[in-house]
Amino acid sequence: MRPFTRLSARAVPLIRDNVDTDAIIPSREMRSVSKKGLADGLFAGWRYTRIGGRDPQAEFVLNQPRYAGAEILVSGANFGCGSSREHAVWALAEYGFRAVVAPSFNPIFQGNCIANGVVPAIVDASTIAAIAAGLEGADPPMLTIDLAAQTVSLPGGATWTFAIDAEAREALLAGRDPIAQTLQMAGQIRAFRAGDMAARPWIYDTVARG
Amino acid sequence: MNRTIFDKIWDAHRVAGAPGGLDLILIDRILLHERTGGVALRGLEERGLPVFAPDQAFAVMDHIIDTRPGRTDHTLMPTGTDFIRATRDAAGRAGIRLFDLDDPRQGIVHVVSPELGIVLPGATLICPDSHTCSQGALGALAWGIGSTEAEHALATATLRVRRPPRMRVRVDGELAPGVTAKDLALALLGRFGVGGGAGHVVEYGGRAIRALDVEGRLTLCNMGTEFAAFTAIIAPDEKVIDYLRGRDFAPAGEQWDAAIDHWMGLASDPDAEFDIEHVFDARDVAPMVSWGTSPQQVAPIDGVVPAHDAETRQDSDDARDRALAYMGLTPGDRLAGLPIDAAFIGSCTNSRIGDLRRAAALLKGRRVADGVRAICVPGSTQVKRQAEAEGLDAIFQAAGFEWRESGCSMCFFAGGESFGAQERVISSTNRNFESRQGPGTRTHLASPETVAASAIAGRIADPRRVAA
Ligand code: SF4
Repeated sequence: MRPFTRLSARAVPLIRDNVDTDAIIPSREMRSVSKKGLADGLFAGWRYTRIGGRDPQAEFVLNQPRYAGAEILVSGANFGCGSSREHAVWALAEYGFRAVVAPSFNPIFQGNCIANGVVPAIVDASTIAAIAAGLEGADPPMLTIDLAAQTVSLPGGATWTFAIDAEAREALLAGRDPIAQTLQMAGQIRAFRAGDMAARPWIYDTVARG
Repeated sequence: MNRTIFDKIWDAHRVAGAPGGLDLILIDRILLHERTGGVALRGLEERGLPVFAPDQAFAVMDHIIDTRPGRTDHTLMPTGTDFIRATRDAAGRAGIRLFDLDDPRQGIVHVVSPELGIVLPGATLICPDSHTCSQGALGALAWGIGSTEAEHALATATLRVRRPPRMRVRVDGELAPGVTAKDLALALLGRFGVGGGAGHVVEYGGRAIRALDVEGRLTLCNMGTEFAAFTAIIAPDEKVIDYLRGRDFAPAGEQWDAAIDHWMGLASDPDAEFDIEHVFDARDVAPMVSWGTSPQQVAPIDGVVPAHDAETRQDSDDARDRALAYMGLTPGDRLAGLPIDAAFIGSCTNSRIGDLRRAAALLKGRRVADGVRAICVPGSTQVKRQAEAEGLDAIFQAAGFEWRESGCSMCFFAGGESFGAQERVISSTNRNFESRQGPGTRTHLASPETVAASAIAGRIADPRRVAA
């Protein structure tokens, strides 16, 4: 995974609470058994004039030329609620987003972000309002996220600290792959299972009786 | 001792610490479905990694399969067949048991797992699906994850997780007649909001919870994800043991007796400590209906769409305005009496045999109102067969309901069937998000009884006013 240290990039404000994963990537846009090919479907319901179409809805923020190429998304509370589909993060990442700044995240979505190298940065709602106002007045609308320092800042100098799980921060900074790391503990896992098998044999005996 | 049921299960599954204060947790059961399972299995194959314990993984077909009679691998969702075949092939290669389209044990993953005894008290269970929390109703620690985490669990039989905080919601009193677990779930969301669970393991307890049967508990825990909980859980009791006895994958013989001893020790200790405790009174709950596009936007069925200054507090003005515009409603509109275009009974929330029996009791000898499209989708093939053995299918069909094969069906829109833009649907499902049941469709969440009563009336109707 690509490590994340510090990013200065265009940021787009999509300030709504409870942006759910079906809004991020509608189910109808998940067409293939793959993690790829999802960027076009990102926010499809809001981004295009009609269902299944590709004509841009001019008012939607992502379609405004000043936000083209944005890599940071700024949004409202409970971001990523709803279905656990990881496609939501794959779509955001493929579109080019490397960080989402919001007052809170759905727990599954947050885990998915971390697993895919996308930074879920938590600031309070008043900071979101200040960032959004800063972006709307700026040209180009830039934001800097410094993961090591845990800060988000506007080009003018206004800087806020954001919250992020400590382990998630480490993993994102290092671009770490958890599966490879855990597999190094396979011996310990086997030994633990052997002990557990004696205590709870019914968990391991999965032959159907019916 | 002062441990909660969650602490007991967590501690028994903690293999080791992991960097950053995470715990490496042993996973007892992995469930996959064709919507996300195929991607996870392929992801693993691409990395050349085998499944660590294929005997403890199970795959189902439920999400995008057709539910119209005479179904095949072909679905109305464009490219849906690819998902079905990719999951079937990958499960076969990995040696994972699959309940395929034509299997008598096929059904919605969160319906099938309890009814087959795959989920057990004290077990850890994960599935790349947000409603996995349903299965906490049997006293398991069951939670939804993403595909990459599913790959981790498949490859290592473990997950790295930060120990979540604990919340107890004690529900005192008892639900009034005609008021169900679904109404309780919606009332709790209305009271505490969709952020109320805040990443906690939410233990439901108290008299009203003990009074619920296992199916009702599954309905309540199902909406734990709407509550933003890590998961929901209820301590196992005699009802759970009676429910599991003799199920296909439940322990038998000596193992059954040993398992019961283990399970009966799982309940939270009397002096267990929780990070947050809430008390709620079941006596205050009426049949509930959602009016907006978030499951916290609910009101009692005899109430009105709340005004901006009402005490519901959960929404910003902007969120409420958006929801009202989408739903075509104005504050002050009465919920009972709103004309509906469709009625849907199904989903992992409310499609078990008890749900179907209660809905059928209201439908018996009555007809769905003209112009209302009514659909019933049993949660599993076993539920469907049981309902047919009891003659419920005849009651549904005589009333004018479509009687479907089991699956998720129109609980969500995957590009195939939908209810249509601006169609108003009363639905026994769990999500009323914008376009959840089809582009522009307006969903009102309610209990199966309320769906049945409304289908007959052609308008949102209070099931307590329909004499069974
Ligand atoms: S029935 Fe609906 S909520 Fe349940 S698993 Fe299927 S799609 Fe998800």
